Amino acid sequence: MSLDYCIALCTATVVAATPLVFAGLGELVAERAGVLNLGVEGMMLSGALAAFVASVTGGGLLLGFLAGALAGLVMSLLFGLLTLRLGTNQVATGLALTLFGGGLSACLGRGYAGLPGKALPPLQLPLLSDLPVLGPLLFRYDAAVYGSLLLVAGVSWVLFRTRLGLVLRAVGESPQVADALGHPVTALRWGAVAFGGMLAGLGGAYLSTAVTPMWAEGISAGRGWIALALVVFAIWKPWRVLFGAWLFGGMTVLQLHAQALGIAVPGEFLSMLPYLATILVLVLICRNPRLLRLNQPAALGRVFQRER
Amino acid sequence: MALTLIACFAALQMPPLHALYAIFIQPLASAYGLGEWLLKATPLMLCGLGLSLGFRANVWNIGAEGQLTMGAIAGGGVALYIAPGLGPWGMPAMLLAGMAGGMLWAAIPALLRTRFHTSEILTSLMLVYVAQLLLAWLMVGRWQDPQGFNFPQSRAFDEALILPLLADGQRATVALYGALALAVAAWIFIRHSFAGYTMLVAGMAPAAARYAGFSESRSIWWGMLIGGATAGLAGIAEIAGPIGRLQPSISPGYGFAAIIVAFVGRLHPLGVVLAALLMSLLYLGGEAAQLELGLPAAVTGVFQGLLLFYLLAADHFAGLRLVRRPARAIA
Repeated sequence: MSLDYCIALCTATVVAATPLVFAGLGELVAERAGVLNLGVEGMMLSGALAAFVASVTGGGLLLGFLAGALAGLVMSLLFGLLTLRLGTNQVATGLALTLFGGGLSACLGRGYAGLPGKALPPLQLPLLSDLPVLGPLLFRYDAAVYGSLLLVAGVSWVLFRTRLGLVLRAVGESPQVADALGHPVTALRWGAVAFGGMLAGLGGAYLSTAVTPMWAEGISAGRGWIALALVVFAIWKPWRVLFGAWLFGGMTVLQLHAQALGIAVPGEFLSMLPYLATILVLVLICRNPRLLRLNQPAALGRVFQRER
Repeated sequence: MALTLIACFAALQMPPLHALYAIFIQPLASAYGLGEWLLKATPLMLCGLGLSLGFRANVWNIGAEGQLTMGAIAGGGVALYIAPGLGPWGMPAMLLAGMAGGMLWAAIPALLRTRFHTSEILTSLMLVYVAQLLLAWLMVGRWQDPQGFNFPQSRAFDEALILPLLADGQRATVALYGALALAVAAWIFIRHSFAGYTMLVAGMAPAAARYAGFSESRSIWWGMLIGGATAGLAGIAEIAGPIGRLQPSISPGYGFAAIIVAFVGRLHPLGVVLAALLMSLLYLGGEAAQLELGLPAAVTGVFQGLLLFYLLAADHFAGLRLVRRPARAIA
């Protein structure tokens, strides 16, 4: 196997991983605040469609990403309205959001299926991009990849190095105590849910403008659910989301390149890989109950409403 | 909900009342239409009943779609290769194999949850994709009909293995009776069996269940296996009914819609039966919307999502009470 081919595999992995980084990171923040939003798949699909439509109908890619984030945000606000304002069950509401987002995006997007999309161009950094091996390996991605890396660093810093992050985590551990200390529990949860929605929308946008620049019904193919599993895999730590996403990105790429690598397994079985890997990884993490108990936000999925 | 729909149609520049009529009334105006209504309600009832028992115990099996697919694969395999040699026992063997296939697929998340504390939400959902890919592989490989002009489907099942119709001139089968009988059985299970009681306690008050010594893992196993069995039965009933053979797509998301059916039915067997009839109407409405109004099939998903949103929100408002504020004390 040539060096160029190895580099191509690595870069394809990073690109395939980026939607998962966005969506997983957003969900991580929401879960750190104690909100389990199972609607990631629906928010990603809305974001993917919005970004595709905005970029194809003349808006350009920047507007596309903004539209994607906005679509994810709107969907997450719907989730927030139900779970935070009305106190509905988070699991059921999230499922409804996934069904709703999938159906709505398929309905509104039917005129756009099969149209050629705009692909996000790679950056050309002076000097760095022209380095012999490191250039193609590290410095020729599109802006969104670098953006996702910055976001991981940013979220990590805010969560563990700032007062806001401390309070947010307290809300996820014990909303009652945080409330008693005078912190605005519901407002913080609204913020975390909205952030999660925006990032899921961005993940969808990246999917329909960079990974596969097109729109198709159900384009995310379970990536929203994999992002949810990724948060558990990452034991709620931002940097581990990044590594987990690369692992799953690698699975997707392996599946596409299996023939070239001489792996004689039917395509259907290769397509099962990401899903089976998700289950395997979940088992490996969850079999250690102490690890889980120490890191999982204690109030995850619990409704909090103030006593009057 | 009706108001939202009217607003949607108005936004799409369609006469709202005509659209509502085309979607929800017209499909039921003929005997064939009534049959379609019951036909689609049957798998929803079956899956919904099984899931509702699990949800009662806080067992979040959302992979009924995959268990349905595995039921179809297992039952279909028996129907293609074993049942023709069994004579009159062929049909029961096929149905049992369908249930076993669904139970096997549900047993995986149950095992992972009880042994490794892995969330059954994510594992059961991942297994949906695996089951569908497995079926797709079988349909282009091993089990493909050699005389099928290379279509990805199996050969048609023997006439003797096709479930009898409820009446001529429509497509609903006797599986409906099975679903209704199951609803009665589920009601008895909840009200009069010890296992049903422990599951109820486990769902409503986990701490009390632990204190009473009810085994948590047992209620997880019960919840998952019952859901898997009914979903598997729904799968085999679909392919041994209107479809008559195995093919890559056997269900328009019945397994997912059944989650909503279970909630809309308030996790009560009678409620689930009624909710399945309602959801089936939404499916018919989705099809009619495709034909009459040119909307895509996915409009059903929008209906379903909205229905669950409204239900959850309605729960909140139904729980509100007028409270008279006590007269404010003098500060």
